[in-house]
Amino acid sequence: MIAAIAFYLFAAVLIASAVMVVTSRNPVHSVLFLILAFFNAAALFLLAGAEFLAMILVIVYVGAVAVLFLFVVMMLDVDFSAIREGFQRYAPIGGAIGLVLFAELIFVFGSWSFASDAAGLRLNPMEPGADNTREIGRILYTDYVWLFQLSGLILLVAMIGAIVLTLRNKPVAKRQDIGRQVSRMGSVNLRQVRSGAGLAELGIERPPVEAPPEPKRVEHHGGGHH
Amino acid sequence: MLAIGLSHYLTVGAILFVLGILGIFLNRKNIIVILMSVELILLSVNLNLVAFSAQLGDLTGQIFAMFILTVAAAEAAIGLAIVVIHFRNRGTIEVDDVSTLRG
Repeated sequence: MIAAIAFYLFAAVLIASAVMVVTSRNPVHSVLFLILAFFNAAALFLLAGAEFLAMILVIVYVGAVAVLFLFVVMMLDVDFSAIREGFQRYAPIGGAIGLVLFAELIFVFGSWSFASDAAGLRLNPMEPGADNTREIGRILYTDYVWLFQLSGLILLVAMIGAIVLTLRNKPVAKRQDIGRQVSRMGSVNLRQVRSGAGLAELGIERPPVEAPPEPKRVEHHGGGHH
Repeated sequence: MLAIGLSHYLTVGAILFVLGILGIFLNRKNIIVILMSVELILLSVNLNLVAFSAQLGDLTGQIFAMFILTVAAAEAAIGLAIVVIHFRNRGTIEVDDVSTLRG
């Protein structure tokens, strides 16, 4: 009874916030409603018994993805007034396609059923009373360890890709260029130093320092102000 | 009505999926909201997987949902990076203006 009321409450808030994500006038509001939607989806996961996924959803989606969205929305200087222009134009075709898709989903929904031997086909049956997080960890680190590593690789590639895409080389930035340092010839060279001899006896070699440029002589004609 | 089963979860997932599709069509001026709609679609898929997992008592669905979550996070990061450099180059994030390749 309580679970049913909670389900309807969370589902209603989830759908309402999804509607607000799609139709909100301001992208910042969209992101905030997206965060609300993620929280409610996490609550639905909890009701379904997937505690670990619920917590992951809150941590990863709300803590990382939604904040990333918020950051980008606030960083880009977008004209919010011009952004809603195509809304009326695309609403009919979008609504039509949405209706068709929803009807198709309802048809699928009305005509399917579990296979008779579905219970026997389970790959990783839950044991009654087992800890959700512990069970997921046990499966994930044994049967799916290669997929786990692969998903880590995907995240690594995404991180490198995001950095490569957005890193901007400013011409004024001074960075260490190791290749240029190593390939410096003439100014730095290797000398065989007699052991026991100080640098003062050998004479320290230093590259000839360029004379500082002469200050530009300003012609004063007439003594007027420039 | 008061017993929450698989069908309730599937209905919520279907509504969420359709809302995500609708968001892609409605927000033709703003790529960021389109990316958010894609996140909604992936969330609805996760909801379906978790619902089936709970119904069947099979943990594979939850593992799968976790991998979908990973890919969704990577997709959001890459997509937002592309949006940022596109905005830096063109000064706009309208979908209709993305015509550099004359496609």
